[in-house]
Amino acid sequence: MPSGFSGRDKVAKAAVRTVNFLSKLSSRGSGTVIGGRVGLALSPDLLFKLARGRDVILVSGTNGKTTTSAMIATGWGTRVATNNTGSNMPAGHVAALVASTSPSVVLEVDESWLSDVARATKPRVIILLNLSRDQLDRANEVRHIAERWRDLLKDLDETTVVANANDPLVVYAADVAANVAWCDVPTPWTTDAVSCPRCTKPLHFDDISWWSECGFAKPLDTVTTLRDGLTVQGIPLDLKLMLPGSFNESNAAMALTALSYLDVDPAGALSRINALSSVAGRFSVRLWQGHVVRLLLAKNPAGFSAMLATIPSDGADVWVAINARVADGRDPSWLYDVPFELLRGHRVVCFGDRKLDLATRLDYGGVDYVVANEKTALDVSKEPVAVLANYTAFQEWRARSIEC
Amino acid sequence: MLNIALIYPELLGTYGDGGNALALVERARRRGIDAQVISVAITDEMPDASLYLLGGGEDGPQRLSADLLRSSSFASRVRDGSFVVAVCAGLQILGTSFAVEGDDEFEGLGLVDVVTHRGTTRSVCELVVRVGERELVGFENHGGRTTLSPGVTPLGSVERGRGNDGSVDGYRTPTIWASYAHGPVMAMNPWFSDEVLSRVLGRELEPLITVADQLYEERRTKLAR
Repeated sequence: MPSGFSGRDKVAKAAVRTVNFLSKLSSRGSGTVIGGRVGLALSPDLLFKLARGRDVILVSGTNGKTTTSAMIATGWGTRVATNNTGSNMPAGHVAALVASTSPSVVLEVDESWLSDVARATKPRVIILLNLSRDQLDRANEVRHIAERWRDLLKDLDETTVVANANDPLVVYAADVAANVAWCDVPTPWTTDAVSCPRCTKPLHFDDISWWSECGFAKPLDTVTTLRDGLTVQGIPLDLKLMLPGSFNESNAAMALTALSYLDVDPAGALSRINALSSVAGRFSVRLWQGHVVRLLLAKNPAGFSAMLATIPSDGADVWVAINARVADGRDPSWLYDVPFELLRGHRVVCFGDRKLDLATRLDYGGVDYVVANEKTALDVSKEPVAVLANYTAFQEWRARSIEC
Repeated sequence: MLNIALIYPELLGTYGDGGNALALVERARRRGIDAQVISVAITDEMPDASLYLLGGGEDGPQRLSADLLRSSSFASRVRDGSFVVAVCAGLQILGTSFAVEGDDEFEGLGLVDVVTHRGTTRSVCELVVRVGERELVGFENHGGRTTLSPGVTPLGSVERGRGNDGSVDGYRTPTIWASYAHGPVMAMNPWFSDEVLSRVLGRELEPLITVADQLYEERRTKLAR
């Protein structure tokens, strides 16, 4: 470890390890956040000190943070320090950097925490994936987040910002940065960027571009394009992901772009990313009560919309689990922004604390549904059954199912 | 044909507000009433409709919506007797003025004599409003404090949450109803949807039992003091 750690910092680092160890031992937590909190309380600039001298990539955005970070960690081809438990606020970052001293670091960062974490870790690269409505009861309005990102990025001269050129809110945030690598990756969800972030007039979209009357428009000097195939820094790459969904192709394109700035051989990185088959339980195939299920995480309208597009129209049952706890956002109004009508022709079994909210949404949407209870006959026509669950519901499904 | 116009869903639809149009049109259709939702895009002319719905939105979109509505035939159609249900930002837009980022007194449409200032805190929580004999359950997420002029009737009294000012929520005129309960409040409160439909159609509706009744009872019981 580099010098510069005071006695108090050393105590703080030891505390992170000890508390996390105890937390795991007592099965009270995943064993990452508590220790980090204790460490930060003992030494508030611990994150800065832990990150110093390392190559840090930060990944932020509404959807795809965890998967993209996992792609980077895998693609890097070396031992990587990463917060792969989903603890994406400073306490989780501190815990990850204490757990591994690797000089290569990838951290997923909650959108609201990006400024603090970037100022502390001085990253080589920041990836901005997308920005859309999510947990509005906590983060309020997405435009405020875009403003805060913009304030941050105008100061970061040493960082390359790998940014999605098809998301107007991301472009608004990133176009003040000194070094931007624009990525032209498919981004179907633009419902949260109908009015121009710069002048508030309507934005215009066509198949390949978008623009506003004030001149704010899609950047054309792209480093990466994913249209008829993937090209990163002028190099064509053959994406053959095991992970489903076109959104994961966009995530991979941005992960490969970030790695290109850390001199990672793109062909090698690509083959490792192609082979990734599940990320923190997402997309994993598991067993529950004798049924083979495939767990799919979808937390917000954009994520749900992307995930629904991966469901084949074979009429098979789809299970959906919805909670509205603090980590999910306590307001499930967003269910009406999800195009559940895509599930017409399937029967949906409704699970979770808010299964009646879901059932009502499906009923009004003309989708065949049944509210699950202990007597529900869960005879299924096809396995694995797709289980779409939002955040805490997903964790419950992971806990109640087993590997198969 | 019962035309239900959903105004600028891209701007005023932050919290699933499209759910209100969906619930209303479905509840009409299941009673054999010919009904349709007309989604009004920002570039569209204001269509003819018996009922206009205004949802919630962020500051920029709210300001743009107010400007677009001002230069449309919306206000004259409402004065001619069309019905309006507005929630959240929509509630503020119909008033005399409201506060948005960069402007403490942005001009509203002035259809109802109410003023919205910026509150000292944001209210992000469950909202329960007593409306006559019934309770309206929903969720609010806004930073406004709305003051009704004398003579303007609130929609109901707040039992949980803030609404306009911690004491009452929304307002009601013979043709305009408004609440801070955002998003799919119509979907969650089937009795309220039916009351709106019955007003717009000018007649009583036969009962309709759906899973929304179970949802309503669950939420009401859970949120009861």
